[in-house]
Amino acid sequence: MKHFGNRTFILASVASMALMLADSGSSQNAGVSSGYPVPADSMSPMEQQGHGLYLRYCVGCHGVRGDGNGENAPYLEPKPRDFTAATFKCRSTPTGSLPLDSDLIHTLERGIQASNMPSWYTLTPQDRQALVAYIKLFSPRWKKEHPTPISVPPETAVTAQSVRHGHELFEKMECWKCHGQEGRGDGPSASTLTDSKDRPITPYDFTHGERFKCGETNKDLYTIFMTGVDGTPMPSFSDNLKPEEAWDIVHYLRALQPRKSAAREIAKSIGLKPGPIDQPAGDQPNPPAAAQPSGADSTPQQAAPAAEPSSSAPDNNAQPSAPTTASPEGQQPSNPNSPK
Amino acid sequence: MRTTHVQYAAKAFVLAGAFAVITLHSAATLAAASGTISGTIKVDGTVPKGKAIDMSKEPSCAAKHPTPITTEQVMAGTGGNTLENVVVYISAGLQGSNFPMRTEPVTIEQNGCQYKPHMIVLQVNEDMKVVNSDQTSHNIHPMPKQNTEWNKSQPAGAPPIDAKFTTQEVGIPVKCNIHPWMRSYISVFNHPFFAVSDKDGKFTIKNVPPGTYTVSSWQETLGTQTTQVTVAAGQTAAATFTYKTR
Repeated sequence: MKHFGNRTFILASVASMALMLADSGSSQNAGVSSGYPVPADSMSPMEQQGHGLYLRYCVGCHGVRGDGNGENAPYLEPKPRDFTAATFKCRSTPTGSLPLDSDLIHTLERGIQASNMPSWYTLTPQDRQALVAYIKLFSPRWKKEHPTPISVPPETAVTAQSVRHGHELFEKMECWKCHGQEGRGDGPSASTLTDSKDRPITPYDFTHGERFKCGETNKDLYTIFMTGVDGTPMPSFSDNLKPEEAWDIVHYLRALQPRKSAAREIAKSIGLKPGPIDQPAGDQPNPPAAAQPSGADSTPQQAAPAAEPSSSAPDNNAQPSAPTTASPEGQQPSNPNSPK
Repeated sequence: MRTTHVQYAAKAFVLAGAFAVITLHSAATLAAASGTISGTIKVDGTVPKGKAIDMSKEPSCAAKHPTPITTEQVMAGTGGNTLENVVVYISAGLQGSNFPMRTEPVTIEQNGCQYKPHMIVLQVNEDMKVVNSDQTSHNIHPMPKQNTEWNKSQPAGAPPIDAKFTTQEVGIPVKCNIHPWMRSYISVFNHPFFAVSDKDGKFTIKNVPPGTYTVSSWQETLGTQTTQVTVAAGQTAAATFTYKTR
């Protein structure tokens, strides 16, 4: 019994020594010392593929270290993303969270509007996946955190009430402080905005009709303000907006864009024009009565020129100026009957 | 280091014995077995004056300040030769990692389009409440390097936001993008031995286990200073920091 026990012990120790030797052998990188970085043994084949693609396509701007200090970076504005900080603009996850892999893949597919990040749609889906796998190596956060997306309930119907309520919320949440009373990106705080690296940044101008940074669909728009655009001044509103309210804002924002949409048609038909709302509660008897959804089909008598073809230059057309901010054009509102 | 520990152990043993005779009150033993670090943040030179803040774009906040306020980058304490709002903390020398969590609630209040307090200090994973007492929306936007950046809107009348920080980090800048003059700093420590200098430039760090420590001070524009301090049980060790502004 005793003898047998001894023997197993010796066998076991020999086996474990052999294992240790084998282990240390494999952890020594076989690459010759060429001065070039040799992929770490720990990199998966997918990450190694991403590494190669990164050195081919991304390194010029995002840099060898992934810190956004590539050779081209000094000439770019906004600056390339710093992957070591792991702060990402376009996420389906709450503010402060990492994005999902699919968020990053969508960014690669889409590119980022109004920046130097192009679309990488010409790469294969597998290449994009490999790139995402590789850039996740730049921050240890990816090993520790497991982001979960926010829930986006089905979109509500685009109604006059929804668009109107969206307008009220745009006022109440003070979106206009940056985006401007008419969504032109010219609010009182607009000129002072900086991103998290203290570089100047401009708020989105809805009347310009450019694509959003983080996607094009109504769901993307919903996600943008409910998760915030991390690294920029755009905060998350998810703590203070109910899902149906968020959809109302989506509908109103669509009405601000100079392109065909159900929301824009409705806004036109009810004579809704962007601008400050006199009574925050919206309880004044007169103007709402004239523009209730029921009266929508009757007469949009409050001429709604902003929505007409002249959308590129509607600034001097009966725009009520904000009470606190002088309209930059210096135009007095010619239509004092501020429409709802 | 080791010798002080031995001394401490011996002292504590004697003290514990003495207390055991009188009463078995462990809190008393703990208080007696720890020391205090206290001192003053001095300034050599003139303290630059803050710049006047123009709040005319936010009338509801401007109305809260009958006399216009200034920026808070460097705040002179009483007498003019001390500094307020300097963070002081033990930066090295602590043994172990299991320190008690403080119990005072930590709140950062947005009031009159200013952060109150200007310097927030708290422990890793300690609860922090963000309160908006203004009639305007704020967005609270900490921009850490070690922790995670986040950015949340807080309209007037919205409930407090709960926040935590998971990693030690000194001087996380906090800003409100809507009101670019608003600025505060959050410092997060993985121990409870820190303080902020008061109106007289004085600070006190209590319940410090006896030992020799590196104590650091951090001022948002004048930077970090360090000094060595030896804390004995039941005693107050002095630490003085002097910033030069010339």
